[in-house]
Amino acid sequence: MTARTLFERIWAAHEVLAETAETPAVLYIDLHLIHEVTSPQAFTALRSLGLPVRRPDRTLGTMDHSTPTRTDQVFGNAPIQVDAAAKQVRQLEQNAADFGIELFAMHDARRGIVHVIGPELGCTQPGMTVVCGDSHTSTHGAFGTLAFGIGSTEVGHVFATQCLLQRKPKTFAVNVDGALRPGVTAKDLILAIIGKIGVSGGTGYVFEYRGSTIEALSMEERMTVCNMSIEAGARAGMIAPDETTFEFLKGRPRAPQGADWDAAVARWRSFATDPGAHFDASVDIDASRLEPMITYGTNPGMVVPISGAIPERTGDGVFDKALRYMGFHGGDGMLGKPIDVVFIGSCTNGRLEDLQAAAHILKGRKVAPGVRLMIVPGSQQVKREAEAAGLADIFKAAGADWRESGCSMCLGMNGDTVAPGQYSISTSNRNFEGRQGVGARTLLVSPYTAAASAVRGRITDPRELL
Amino acid sequence: MMQPLKRFRSGTVVIPSSNIDTDQIIPARFLTTTHKEGLGAQLFADWRYAPDGTPQPDFVLNRPESRGCRVLVAGRNFGCGSSREHAPWALLDHGFLAVISTEIADIFRSNSLKNGLLPITVDEATAQWLLMHPGAEVDIDLQASLLRLPTGVAVSFPIEAFARHCLLSGLDEFGYLRSKLADIERYEAGRASRDA
Repeated sequence: MTARTLFERIWAAHEVLAETAETPAVLYIDLHLIHEVTSPQAFTALRSLGLPVRRPDRTLGTMDHSTPTRTDQVFGNAPIQVDAAAKQVRQLEQNAADFGIELFAMHDARRGIVHVIGPELGCTQPGMTVVCGDSHTSTHGAFGTLAFGIGSTEVGHVFATQCLLQRKPKTFAVNVDGALRPGVTAKDLILAIIGKIGVSGGTGYVFEYRGSTIEALSMEERMTVCNMSIEAGARAGMIAPDETTFEFLKGRPRAPQGADWDAAVARWRSFATDPGAHFDASVDIDASRLEPMITYGTNPGMVVPISGAIPERTGDGVFDKALRYMGFHGGDGMLGKPIDVVFIGSCTNGRLEDLQAAAHILKGRKVAPGVRLMIVPGSQQVKREAEAAGLADIFKAAGADWRESGCSMCLGMNGDTVAPGQYSISTSNRNFEGRQGVGARTLLVSPYTAAASAVRGRITDPRELL
Repeated sequence: MMQPLKRFRSGTVVIPSSNIDTDQIIPARFLTTTHKEGLGAQLFADWRYAPDGTPQPDFVLNRPESRGCRVLVAGRNFGCGSSREHAPWALLDHGFLAVISTEIADIFRSNSLKNGLLPITVDEATAQWLLMHPGAEVDIDLQASLLRLPTGVAVSFPIEAFARHCLLSGLDEFGYLRSKLADIERYEAGRASRDA
């Protein structure tokens, strides 16, 4: 039998019908996650055809994108600022009730960002296919799943058939070796990978992250890496499951229990890339040489080591436009630039380890005068854990605004925004123009760098405060 | 059922930026809608309108020569970023039928094809010519998978066979997928016995 990659193994196990020259494959979907923003039009399509959701047992809903994070708006009587968002929330409640879908609604203790709660509950398991109407669905690939974002029409397809029509993507090995130095995180690693591959280098591919660096990462770190695969153009990024994966999943509410657990782990061990399996493309990264990374432009590929300078390019109008938007100049050093807002959270860096990293720096320190630090847990469970571990007290003592869970300032469609022209140091995944608010200028960094910069009020190498 | 898309001629609108992401095509704050109609007014909102809502006179979509143009030519890697289908919905609602670039992002391409917006990738030389000649009258022939420039040059463009078939006949892919329900049930039954 020919050697197969992890991706090919999972793909083959989910082919209802293989692709032909004329028709795409019919691919079976094990887990369909939904949220309030990209599902309404799909439910409308189902209603117009009089169709049910075929497998509500494989469908799970939450609310995260347009939901507020202010406690008085989530649990009190304060109205949601954005009227249309309130309507979306009510509509998802109605749709979930009408179609028999389990939903973690506003007051549910299990609610959170869709890519945080899937793993947290043990819903995301090795060997699965996972989809969601959100491009950061690639996060779930950290568990050795084939997980990718889809549009609302495809959300409707999965509702009605539990399948998608898909052409088989190509495979791309991202080989990472060497130990990360202190203060250098999984976020810095994935930013460096995107800087090397480019924002479209992964188009048409599924990444498999491999090598000693990846094997040494925790599950939360692996999720940070896989989360940003889409920022290099790859719809999915995956990591073969191992003991770290099984340890993370064991005992989670939706993970197999008892004898089923042992059988599941035995099956999950088979989801690996065979020695000698062929990849269509590959790149090698030496992790031991990496520094904390920071973006300077308007896409995640415009990234430099934090001690570095913005590149100088002449005759590149697109590059010039990005720097004009950011208010930067070619040749400028990044360290010491003043900042206005710090956002710690999102599906990239809103899990407990991320908050622990921020707390490690913020403990006993204060946010610099004039800087706004917002810390938004990725889920209500992360919030409870952070509060039980004393992290929330550290944040509040430092002067941070500690919120309920949600996508929040990552995409500014929920009332949490950065003002025009302000500089935002953010642990999120996109520094696109206006992503955090009209005219907002976003710099993507790790939780360490975000927290250190909040303390100093300017871009700071976190290793000075560790 | 969509309108069949076979062949059409149109002038082009050129936005030369590379890596135009779906947050530029339609900013997230407009995603609180629960419909797909009417998003054309918000297409490229932050480039097209000043903060007070007045049109930016120098932005290409606001110029009189762009009126009625159904082909958008853009720099490399168009449609990257978020999976929001609101991006092709907004482009279609504005009146575009095709987007031309050297590279088009995967999820945007997939979403476009499902709504009747043609994602056309071309070689660097063709893209450069189009970027340098805004307003050029092009002929897009889906039947032949050919883009004809006013210079007489005809460039073949790749398009996934099934999506092309659906667009040409005005079929929606969903009907085909639903016709495979018996295969899907068989697959599920096989999986249940294997996993037991």
